[in-house]
Amino acid sequence: MKVKYFAWVRERVGKAEETIEPPATVRTVAELIAWLSGQSEAYAYAFEKPKVIRAAIDHAHVKSDAAIAGAREIAFFPPMTGG
Amino acid sequence: MTSPVTTCPVTIRIQEDDFDIAREIAVLTETRTDIGAVVSFSGICRADDDSAKVAALTLEHYPGMAEEEIRRHADEATSRWPLNGVTVIHRVGRFMPGQNIVLVLTASQHRQAAFQAAEFLMDYLKTSAPFWKKEESATGTGWVEAHARDDAAAARWTKS
Repeated sequence: MKVKYFAWVRERVGKAEETIEPPATVRTVAELIAWLSGQSEAYAYAFEKPKVIRAAIDHAHVKSDAAIAGAREIAFFPPMTGG
Repeated sequence: MTSPVTTCPVTIRIQEDDFDIAREIAVLTETRTDIGAVVSFSGICRADDDSAKVAALTLEHYPGMAEEEIRRHADEATSRWPLNGVTVIHRVGRFMPGQNIVLVLTASQHRQAAFQAAEFLMDYLKTSAPFWKKEESATGTGWVEAHARDDAAAARWTKS
């Protein structure tokens, strides 16, 4: 699946997007955050406060317990500050 | 006797270029006679934030989702209020104090629906449209933090 990062999450991860293949045991957004956090210090830094991180699946906001099965694109970003 | 026009065109644009408020209002109103009220909200880059003087703001967005998220709220606005037109333009890029950032136009037969829908749209733009502001000031550069007051403003539209 494709993963995108925005704002300071993007800066901390060090890339805007990538394609990942998490193991089948990773079923929810929260589990994906935990799995990514274990991949490197950059991810651990980006996701150090997982409750702050917002997520979207296929362009729609989701909560951390949302299932990631079938997702084409998952995005992680801080709380929004537009307008 | 002609039947009243009930269409509500919804225009959503994300662009680097500035917008012309008068022209955008004319686009909504000039070809029809059923609109009695247009509310216009402009969000402008401000120099004085809570702490330091802002020299510039950079707006980043999530292409694709930003348009879709605004569209979802525009559709909700048109279902909640009798609107005759909605225009939302959000700029991205780097802005200096005094420059336009966002425009919301709502058109209706009467002012109340237009006022309420514009406020509803702005409240949701601030809290759920995927845009992020980075601030440059004399003390450095940093991402703007979300305000609890904006969440509270958006939450009041979901109260029964």
